[in-house]
Amino acid sequence: MNEAANPGIVFWVLSAIILVTGFMVVSLKNIFHCAIALVLCLSGVAGIFVLLGAEFLAGAQVLIYVGAVAILMIFGVMLTSNLAGKKIIATTSNAMVAFFATVLFGGGTIVTIFMTDVWRYSSESLPIDNVMFIGKLLMTEFMLPFEVVSVLLLAAMIGAIVLARDEES
Amino acid sequence: MTENAYLIPLLPFIGFVMIVFALRWKEKVAAGFSIAMILSSWVFSIIVLIETIGRDGAPYEAFFYITSFDTLNFEIGILIDSLTAMMLIVVSTVASCVQIYSLGYMKDDPRFSRFFAYLSLFCFSMLGLVIANNFFMIFIFWELVGLTSYLLIGFWFEKKSASDAGKKAFITTRIGDLGMIVGLLLIAGGCGTFNYNEIFSSVAAGTLSPTMLTTGLIFLFAGAVGKSAQFPLHVWLPDAMEGPTPVSALIHAATMVVAGVYLVARAMPLFESSATASMVVAIIGITTSVMAASIGLVQNDIKRVLAYSTVSQLGYMIMALGLYGYDTAMGEHSPGYYAGTFHLMTHAFFKALLFLGAGSVIHAVHTNNIQEMGGLLPKMKITAWTFMIASLSISGIFPFAGFWSKDEIVATASTHPVFMFFTLAVAFMTAFYMWRLCFLTFWGKPRDQHRFDHAHESPRSMSWPLAFLGILAVGAGWVGMPWLKAGFASFVYSGEAYKPHADYMLMGVSTVVAVSGIGLAWLMYAKQVISPDKMVARFKPIHKLLLNKYYFDEIYDFIIIRPVLAFGRYMWTFDARIVDGLVNGVAWLVMIWSDIKMWFDKWIIDGAVNGAGWVISSTSSLLRLVQTGAVQFYALFILASIVILAVVKYEVVYNDVSWPVLSIILLAGLYLLSLVSKSVAEKAKTAAAATATDSGEEEK
Amino acid sequence: MVQYLTLAAILFSIGLFGVITRRNTIGILMSLELMFNAANINLVTFNKFIAPETLTGQMFAIFVVVVAAAEATVGLAIVLLVYRNWRGISTDNFSILKW
Repeated sequence: MNEAANPGIVFWVLSAIILVTGFMVVSLKNIFHCAIALVLCLSGVAGIFVLLGAEFLAGAQVLIYVGAVAILMIFGVMLTSNLAGKKIIATTSNAMVAFFATVLFGGGTIVTIFMTDVWRYSSESLPIDNVMFIGKLLMTEFMLPFEVVSVLLLAAMIGAIVLARDEES
Repeated sequence: MTENAYLIPLLPFIGFVMIVFALRWKEKVAAGFSIAMILSSWVFSIIVLIETIGRDGAPYEAFFYITSFDTLNFEIGILIDSLTAMMLIVVSTVASCVQIYSLGYMKDDPRFSRFFAYLSLFCFSMLGLVIANNFFMIFIFWELVGLTSYLLIGFWFEKKSASDAGKKAFITTRIGDLGMIVGLLLIAGGCGTFNYNEIFSSVAAGTLSPTMLTTGLIFLFAGAVGKSAQFPLHVWLPDAMEGPTPVSALIHAATMVVAGVYLVARAMPLFESSATASMVVAIIGITTSVMAASIGLVQNDIKRVLAYSTVSQLGYMIMALGLYGYDTAMGEHSPGYYAGTFHLMTHAFFKALLFLGAGSVIHAVHTNNIQEMGGLLPKMKITAWTFMIASLSISGIFPFAGFWSKDEIVATASTHPVFMFFTLAVAFMTAFYMWRLCFLTFWGKPRDQHRFDHAHESPRSMSWPLAFLGILAVGAGWVGMPWLKAGFASFVYSGEAYKPHADYMLMGVSTVVAVSGIGLAWLMYAKQVISPDKMVARFKPIHKLLLNKYYFDEIYDFIIIRPVLAFGRYMWTFDARIVDGLVNGVAWLVMIWSDIKMWFDKWIIDGAVNGAGWVISSTSSLLRLVQTGAVQFYALFILASIVILAVVKYEVVYNDVSWPVLSIILLAGLYLLSLVSKSVAEKAKTAAAATATDSGEEEK
Repeated sequence: MVQYLTLAAILFSIGLFGVITRRNTIGILMSLELMFNAANINLVTFNKFIAPETLTGQMFAIFVVVVAAAEATVGLAIVLLVYRNWRGISTDNFSILKW
């Protein structure tokens, strides 16, 4: 239970990285900078995953989000290029209200977290070979969700193609 | 046939209904149908008369319907006795002649078929009146004949004098009718029935006190006074001459006006029990007779002379009946009843003939004024001769019909010296004015050459009824010759049949009186030995009095019409001031009240409704700001809602905060959101406008 | 454990703030990724401390990643459409569905 009570120095470092870069993602005006900050942030999250013993997830996180962010960057550059030279207003007018609301929301959540004192901690530990276990689960217990998600991905892909297809060509 | 006697009045009614509903557009057919109906009635009447004579005058009574209210019985039925049979013959004969005569007389009238419809309705009413077996029915038909009389007097209602005359006739007779209904209710109410025979037997048994009976009879007689144009309600009859001449002949000479006489004759068993009432009847009769005859002396309108003659002769009949009732009440024998009814019959024939003849003359010369006629004898032979036959008859010259009946009236009056004197005076005056009329109209030189040239004999449809009536005017009296064993007197009687005997003294006296009257007229108007102008100059005040008809119209105007009008005006003022004031005041109050209500409606009710609407619309115009279209705002909204709900939940669960506080928090949150959304909306609008401008520029 | 949860809460709030405030549609997508990751952190955390033996939390996280990928795909396609129609990807461009 030591781990649960005190996550250690690595966690704090990663947390600092995640929060700082996360805040940069939502506040920087240049969308390209945002994307870079997002990469750092997600990497931090991957680190957290490793800390939490989800090595497969951490790997997948890095692989998927690197690709995803690359594409985001391309899009961001491509679609905002014609705005160059104009004054960029990055945030909407209700930023202050949104800030207070989110602070209240987050504060409320945190307060709730800290006020909850009956965590039913498990004495068990995670399986050693994380990846093999996940693979087994995917092929057995989570067979149906796995297939459904595959169909979902396919549908999303086709949908994206249909949506983005240039009508004229 | 007697069992089916109800057909006699019903047939003309069918004629009336058919004309009104089916035949009114086919004038010839309508007239033909009407005449066919009345001729059928006439034939039936003759059969009924023969059957009644065969029964020796025994009454036949039939009931069709009887109902009673409380103690008073009403019934519908017919009574055929000798009097009814005689009346049926008189009415249907004259009506048939008049209807045929009207074919020619009304030929060019635009309301030809309507005229025949009215005539048919009148025949129905009159025949129904004489065939009724009770006073209730007689009253109904009494009013019906009054109505048809009104309709026919005012037949040419475009003429104001005609419509006025119609109204005058109707209103004047109604005064009498009011008395009649009072009398009927006194008598019939006392006896508990309207039926003639039941009333008679009841009165004979002494149900009614003598005072009651006398009062009732005098009131009942008021009806007869009105209908038969007796003093003082005689004023309508001369004016009724405004109607078409056939109407005057049928209604205002032969039939309707004798309804009063018929009523007195019908109620004779009652008058026999009341000497006072009978004497009143006799006095009214002779007064009327003298007055009307004297007025007739000086009138120049041919129809008015005949009208006053009619009034005078009706007075004769009434007087005879009244004297009969008085004598019988005094326990003496009198020929009055038979004299009155006999004269009724003969008078109907010769007076109808006189009127139809006068109509023929008017038809020829287009004037009523006898001063503009003269010398018509060669041009209108049938008319002139029949007219003079009728004149001889009314004057009482042997052996014409009038001689026999008038002789009986004189015989009736002979026991009462005063009545005797006036009766003979009337006989003299009658002979004089009738022959004045004849001489002025048919003899001498034409006084108006233009009118004379246009004169011509009337068509056959008019002259044949004249001829037929002429025969009756001579022969109708022969049934009442005193030498007959079973004459009129032994047929129509009340109580005990009177045995007439020939009184040659009286015959001689009345003939002398009549001849002297005719002679005076001959001297004055044919020979012109005595100048009428000198006579006028000598008796100037009397002449003026007579010419103005004793100023009856003026007196009534002064005594009745003016006070009534003044009262009417006073009531009008009352109406205008008080009643209208009240009505207007109420209306004013209502208006004020409705003003108040309008104000209340406008400001309170509408205010509430509009206020509700305003609250809703303003609230929703505030709330719709939330719908900004900016997706992120929705996200913010959701977030804010979650936060607020969480806070509320937290407060409720952990701090037990009261609801007002929570409401305030919620409202504050909403207000905050609306403010935000407003700013969002404005900015979005400007941004959208900017984008629109941008895109617009790009398109260029 | 509460430290992990707190981190996730803060990260989620940051993402939420971004979703609400970013004008750039791609920025919104990025913020969404942050929120997904915050959720994933929670899932993995609970998996480790509450129910480590079944790995259900990690499985859920994997599915979340997949769904996020699908979401990003569709989202990017929509962004492309928006760009084609309005020559821009600011959210101001499509705030016309109102009133």
